[in-house]
Amino acid sequence: MLRQLEGSRAVAEAVGLCRPEVVCAYPISPQTHIIEGIGALVKSGQLEQCEFINVESEFAAMSVCIGASAAGARAYTATASQGLLYMMEAVYNASGLGLPVVMTLANRAIGAPINIWNDHSDAMAVRDAGWVQLFAETNQEAVDLHVQAFRLAEELSIPVMVCMDGFILTHAVEAVEMPTQTQVDAFVPPYEPRQVLDPAEPVSIGAMVGPEAFEEVRYLAHVKQLQALERIPEIASAFSAAFGRPSGGLLRGYRTEDAEVVVVALGSVLGTIKDAVDDLRRAGARVGVVGIGSFRPFPSAALRAELGRARTVVVVEKALAPGAGGILARDVTMAAAGLDAEVRTVVAGLGGRPITKASLVAVLEEAGRGGLESLHFLDLDHGLVERELARMARRRRSGPAAENILRDIGVVSAGAT
Amino acid sequence: MFQVRIHGRGGQGVVTAAELLSVAAFRDGHYAQAFPSFGSERTGAPVVAFCRIDAGPIRTREPIAEPDGLIVQDATLLHQVDLFRGVGPEALVLINSSRGVEELGLADLPALRRRGGVLTVPATELAREHTGRPFPNAVLLGGFAALSGVVSIDAVVLAIRDRFAGEVAEGNAAAARRAFAFVADEAAESAGARPAAAAAPAPGDGSGLEVSTRAATA
Repeated sequence: MLRQLEGSRAVAEAVGLCRPEVVCAYPISPQTHIIEGIGALVKSGQLEQCEFINVESEFAAMSVCIGASAAGARAYTATASQGLLYMMEAVYNASGLGLPVVMTLANRAIGAPINIWNDHSDAMAVRDAGWVQLFAETNQEAVDLHVQAFRLAEELSIPVMVCMDGFILTHAVEAVEMPTQTQVDAFVPPYEPRQVLDPAEPVSIGAMVGPEAFEEVRYLAHVKQLQALERIPEIASAFSAAFGRPSGGLLRGYRTEDAEVVVVALGSVLGTIKDAVDDLRRAGARVGVVGIGSFRPFPSAALRAELGRARTVVVVEKALAPGAGGILARDVTMAAAGLDAEVRTVVAGLGGRPITKASLVAVLEEAGRGGLESLHFLDLDHGLVERELARMARRRRSGPAAENILRDIGVVSAGAT
Repeated sequence: MFQVRIHGRGGQGVVTAAELLSVAAFRDGHYAQAFPSFGSERTGAPVVAFCRIDAGPIRTREPIAEPDGLIVQDATLLHQVDLFRGVGPEALVLINSSRGVEELGLADLPALRRRGGVLTVPATELAREHTGRPFPNAVLLGGFAALSGVVSIDAVVLAIRDRFAGEVAEGNAAAARRAFAFVADEAAESAGARPAAAAAPAPGDGSGLEVSTRAATA
């Protein structure tokens, strides 16, 4: 049924339809509405045979999910930003132990400076943790990816993270086709654990492994990711056949056929980029875009095929590796190795800065002319940066940079238009 | 595409207003996208929310910089926030106030060049009268339906009943209908005013929003 819903509420209902047996989470913006929504479903009895466990931290939330999953329960949690960092050790344990926990990450910047707004720093901080990381472009896709995530996670016994842009998606109200319980029940079979803590058949999970076998166990984690690379498109096609709409998959190209400039990006910014691509196409530019649906595993071969005859690949990413540059761009560069294409990185939308079509069009026109620098910061206020650098050069005790910059721009309270 | 920006203060239901407007547009068969300004909202602090309405799916995720419609829930913001940033001469502006536009000192507003394009409605008073509470958000949407014609008053009422229940729903619905009539009268009185809602109950009068439905475009 097509409904006009807040993204968080739609995801809460979708998770409910997947019949989790244990939900354990700690509230943090912008994830809070999702967890409140699931809590309400449990309390009202609409979501049956599910225990909602309140804990004191994100570290506890993931630890409870690990315990629940190891005991054979379908376990779910959600977090964002600092919450994800706080649970980091347990995040690695879930994947290291091969437990199919599903987690929503409501993408948000990481402090300091503290910032509650959207970017992808949190997802990037766990990109090597062994989780599958799927990115949603719209709230419809966020709903659909959760249904696919439970199936993928449990088939392969691997944890899956569904990333959706904080606020931009979680707090956006738009039309979402909600699946029915019957549809989801048919798509997500009951959880059949590969390993389970059962008093009737005692085993231990979580052995210490020394140098004699650690590399082999890690190698198996890589093999699982490669299996996911096979299963993600298959599950996406099965989803499409069952639900009547395309959703998920490794990646999706848009107007890439003859594109000389191809943009690569993750998440909701793809919508604005597609509008920019259409404008540029109308003006005669050969521009297209590839949305990466699966960031981990990274679909190198599929991306390489999609880049086709691109001369310039522009990676637009909401994250920065200080001292190195792009993060997604490294993976894209590896995938494009050997192609006759130069890869450019555009860092954009950090800490919730709006990514406008006008700025994207300007940067893509520059890329078309071959003039885009290898690492570009979209809409960076160079003057502001220069002033702070000058202060730092002038005297040792120049003070805290964030406070200085806020004073320069005269911001009292952020966020007001 | 018709783009609306809503300004108010934390606690006045600014985000809810954008959501209700999107649900009303959805009920009318359009595509709609509502989202807040993503601030750390506090009671009384300036808050902004947005709503886009279109005949087809909406892909863009950027904030609305140049709105076609502006709703101001709290006239005291006129002196605190640059409410009219990006508001062009063709924009439709509805302000919650029991005073007129000139009385509010807005005679120089570019949008005033379009006669009948900037109106006020005493939404807080109407809300108090019908619900006993001073929340102007849903009431203003009734007025905005009359001013803009981008959503029908019936859809606004349906959206209110989707969101609220019982007396709160019915009080807001009645107040929204009063605001609709109030603004429709104001628009009619304003010489040369565009009688948006009276003449064009469906959206499409120059707003860029085609008179078609999701069903027709799906």
